[in-house]
Amino acid sequence: MATTKLGFVVQRPGYKSENPKLALTHAIASQSVEIYLKDGDIVTADIAFIGDGVLNCLKDQKAVENYDLNSTESHIKMSLLLDLNVLICREDLDRFGLTESDIVIDAPEFGADMEVKVVPYAEITKMMEDQDHLLFF
Amino acid sequence: MGKLTIGCFASLVGSTNLDFAVKLSAAAMEKGHKVDLWVSGNGTMISIKDQRAFKDYSSLEKPLKELMAKGLNVTACEACAESRGYHADHTLEGVKRFSMDWYLGSAFDADRLLHIGGE
Repeated sequence: MATTKLGFVVQRPGYKSENPKLALTHAIASQSVEIYLKDGDIVTADIAFIGDGVLNCLKDQKAVENYDLNSTESHIKMSLLLDLNVLICREDLDRFGLTESDIVIDAPEFGADMEVKVVPYAEITKMMEDQDHLLFF
Repeated sequence: MGKLTIGCFASLVGSTNLDFAVKLSAAAMEKGHKVDLWVSGNGTMISIKDQRAFKDYSSLEKPLKELMAKGLNVTACEACAESRGYHADHTLEGVKRFSMDWYLGSAFDADRLLHIGGE
């Protein structure tokens, strides 16, 4: 039995490129990776939004209305439903004048128990140090 | 010898990131390492066969075929490819198509993971 920890670090804003959504869909794929592994082996995914990437976490995104696309917000909520650890950099939120009331925090409508954690960058650094591999999007 | 997993999300035409990924794969294999190359997003463009080679655009079909013959494992994100109209019947022989969990499965036992994001 072994565990490989992957850290997905999102540093680009949403919708300008495909990167943030691909980060989330790849992280969510950690829930179905077992088909490629031996019994008991797992891959975990932690997600961190930093820099301009924190803009992905704004709530009430209108992607369906404007683009007929699933929103990045809905992918964050799906990540919470799947109990993925989602961190958002507090300093970068401050830089944009955003507070916790502006961003996705939880997803009760999805049935998720997990909540997004707004943390200092130092805590995101700690998370990254704990990973086996980092993927920057 | 080790295992290197490379994920490349950048387009074949419009950047030289895939060129770099293929050259790095060749260098690693030359040293005896096993290499998995995952392409996702615009990177799936590399999986299409019969692309015409111009000197002004990257063209990797020939080196990719040579490396796959030597054991390079290339897999394209099926959803990313299909969304771009890159269908299975037009996929370069030897390139596999799976869902995103394949990349994470490859990362599981990789000694090093090099992730090259998209544009």
